[in-house]
Amino acid sequence: MAFLIETLIGGLLSGVMYALVAIGFVLIYKASGVFNFAQGAMVLCAALTFVTLRDQGLAFWFAALVTLAIMVVLAIAVERVVLRPLMNQSQITLFMATLGLSFVIEGMSQLVMGASVHELDLGIVDTPVEVGPILVSQFDLVAAAAAGILVLALSVFFNVTRIGISLRAIADDPQAALSIGIRLQRLWRIVWGVAGFVALVAGLLWGSRQGVQFSLTFVVLKALPVLIIGGFTSIAGAIVGGLIVGAADALAEIYVGPLLGGSVSTWFVYVLAVAFLLIRPAGLFGERAIERV
Amino acid sequence: MNILRQRIRRAAALFAVAAGVGAALPAAADDAKQQYFPLATFRVGAYASSGIPVWAGTIDYLRYINEVEGGINGVKLFWDECETEWAVEKGVECYERVKGGKNGSPVPIFLPHGDPITKALTEKSVADKIPLVTIAHGRTEAIDGRVFPYSFPAVFTFWSEASSAINFIAERAGGKDKLKGLKIATVYHDSPYGKETQTPLALLAKTYGFEDIQIPVPHPGNDQSAQWARIRQLKPDWVFLRGWGVMTPVAIKTAAKVGFPVDRIIGGVWSGSEEDVRPAGKVGKGYLAITPFPAGADFEILKKIKEHIVDKGKSDLKDLKSFGSVYYNSGVNEAIIAVEAIRTAQKKFGARPINGEEGQWGLENLNLDDARLKEIGAYGLQQPLKLSVRDHEGGGAGKVLQWDGEAWAIVSDGWVKSDRELLLPLIYERAAAYAKEKRITPRPDPTSN
Repeated sequence: MAFLIETLIGGLLSGVMYALVAIGFVLIYKASGVFNFAQGAMVLCAALTFVTLRDQGLAFWFAALVTLAIMVVLAIAVERVVLRPLMNQSQITLFMATLGLSFVIEGMSQLVMGASVHELDLGIVDTPVEVGPILVSQFDLVAAAAAGILVLALSVFFNVTRIGISLRAIADDPQAALSIGIRLQRLWRIVWGVAGFVALVAGLLWGSRQGVQFSLTFVVLKALPVLIIGGFTSIAGAIVGGLIVGAADALAEIYVGPLLGGSVSTWFVYVLAVAFLLIRPAGLFGERAIERV
Repeated sequence: MNILRQRIRRAAALFAVAAGVGAALPAAADDAKQQYFPLATFRVGAYASSGIPVWAGTIDYLRYINEVEGGINGVKLFWDECETEWAVEKGVECYERVKGGKNGSPVPIFLPHGDPITKALTEKSVADKIPLVTIAHGRTEAIDGRVFPYSFPAVFTFWSEASSAINFIAERAGGKDKLKGLKIATVYHDSPYGKETQTPLALLAKTYGFEDIQIPVPHPGNDQSAQWARIRQLKPDWVFLRGWGVMTPVAIKTAAKVGFPVDRIIGGVWSGSEEDVRPAGKVGKGYLAITPFPAGADFEILKKIKEHIVDKGKSDLKDLKSFGSVYYNSGVNEAIIAVEAIRTAQKKFGARPINGEEGQWGLENLNLDDARLKEIGAYGLQQPLKLSVRDHEGGGAGKVLQWDGEAWAIVSDGWVKSDRELLLPLIYERAAAYAKEKRITPRPDPTSN
């Protein structure tokens, strides 16, 4: 029983890490209806920029601030160069644009900052905590706390600030929002900037976990079922989806994998996601699209 | 209508010229003064951090041969790169692009540098008569050159890797008889590469009486909480880690999270570089790895490369801290084997650029004994190697390294040999099964009666 609980807790904490990446997708989708395939590349870019600046001798917080500034500049560039010319194009066109963008960001990041693998030490102790017979990772607890704070901050941002309310208005009805003078392009820049900040947090935590290297972009593979399950428009949904994916992934690997004679982790959560799609196409917390016909 | 006829005539004339050039190529190869040696590199993409130092090692050694030794018996080497991004389709595309040779020189040897690419090229290389040298990767049964005439999994196959790791554990335990009753878990990349050691480990477990536990990790391996929870549950005495890319540092970190001692983990060849262990940070201190490419810059040949190439600013290495790293030295090792095979072939066919068939002969007659290794300056860096038609591996031993937090230290007593005499019958059996399946008639071994 203790082993089951330990596996479950480990899975839930891993799920929070995936949710961190998924939140970046949600932010952009919520504000612009664009599924930003480049979010994984943004995670890599943010983490690589941070470690490169640290290697140049910059202090931790200064490096984090400069990285954030660079991510904001990147957000503005994306809005100017990619999104603005494609405004009013179909969603698939915008999706394909972000797909191309992901390759550009990955390639440029490696070109400018190199392909070396970097260690990233956030100073978080990673010895396990013993709770009776159960071991819990301290690092994962800190990561979960960071994700919790981030969700709280984003909730305040979306519900209390003027910008956040404008973003919600655009998400609800872009035409109506534009008609009352909300500046769409400015908000897109802001939301891409916030997504850049989320990518920085995710990049630091994932980078600390596995080293900063190209494979950071692969973390999006598990963020996709998180989005399908939690819904593309809900930050809380991303967290709940992350927890479900993390727990299901860990339990399936332990209890289903040996029965099938191999690892099931790569596909099992996608089976779960497809099952959710069949039952709740908009995900657990997603908004159902209702259109007049 | 006349225009059409003119165009047809022009096209026919162009075709005739092209055909003439094609026919002239073999003659041009004889006239070529330099040896072409194409490199299928991966300098961008997910595995660039591993590839960059490897190719630097290879290129620096080739430059050393050209600039210091004046080429191989006066035949200078020239090369170009084709980017594979470690992807099968690009690897095959590169092979197809370069296999015809260049500037009149044929291709003597091709280094696919990737297990999936190697497997995709196995049959093509036979048709094209171009030997593939696949050190520490590729099909293990390709050791049998009677069935796999153009595949050379030289030096250290995956089976030898597994067996050497077990023999090191035995060394630490106080003898092979002490393996009985031990639990040894293999945490492996869930891919054909990762599964390659399951058969030899099952045989070794049966022979020596240890418990063989197999735990797969799906690609890319950036979350291994579940796998290491199982390790904690099963409490193995040792873990043999067969990763690739990000899987290794994540495994080391996750092992620490579940309290598994890092000095009880032995990484395989592709889990044993600086790039694998540095991202794990402090918890990587004490980690072990078995490799045919020992790290270090004190080997004679590395001192020469440093003096003549690196210090003169001619190195391909951008980040000089990788000089003498596992991957850099692996590139040097590969280049040494290729150069020595060409040199061996030249003894029979003359001091000129050699082709793939001649390259095959050179490889199958390669004999790098201690005396020759000392002459080259590779004693200690490369193990003694003698290849033949029946044995395309030759060596089968590795050195065990331990990470001290900053660098690798060699902790094994010289080269740890594998149980080749135990494994070879099974390897030949599998090669024979492959021959039967593919309807290949094994070629005769000239050394057997």
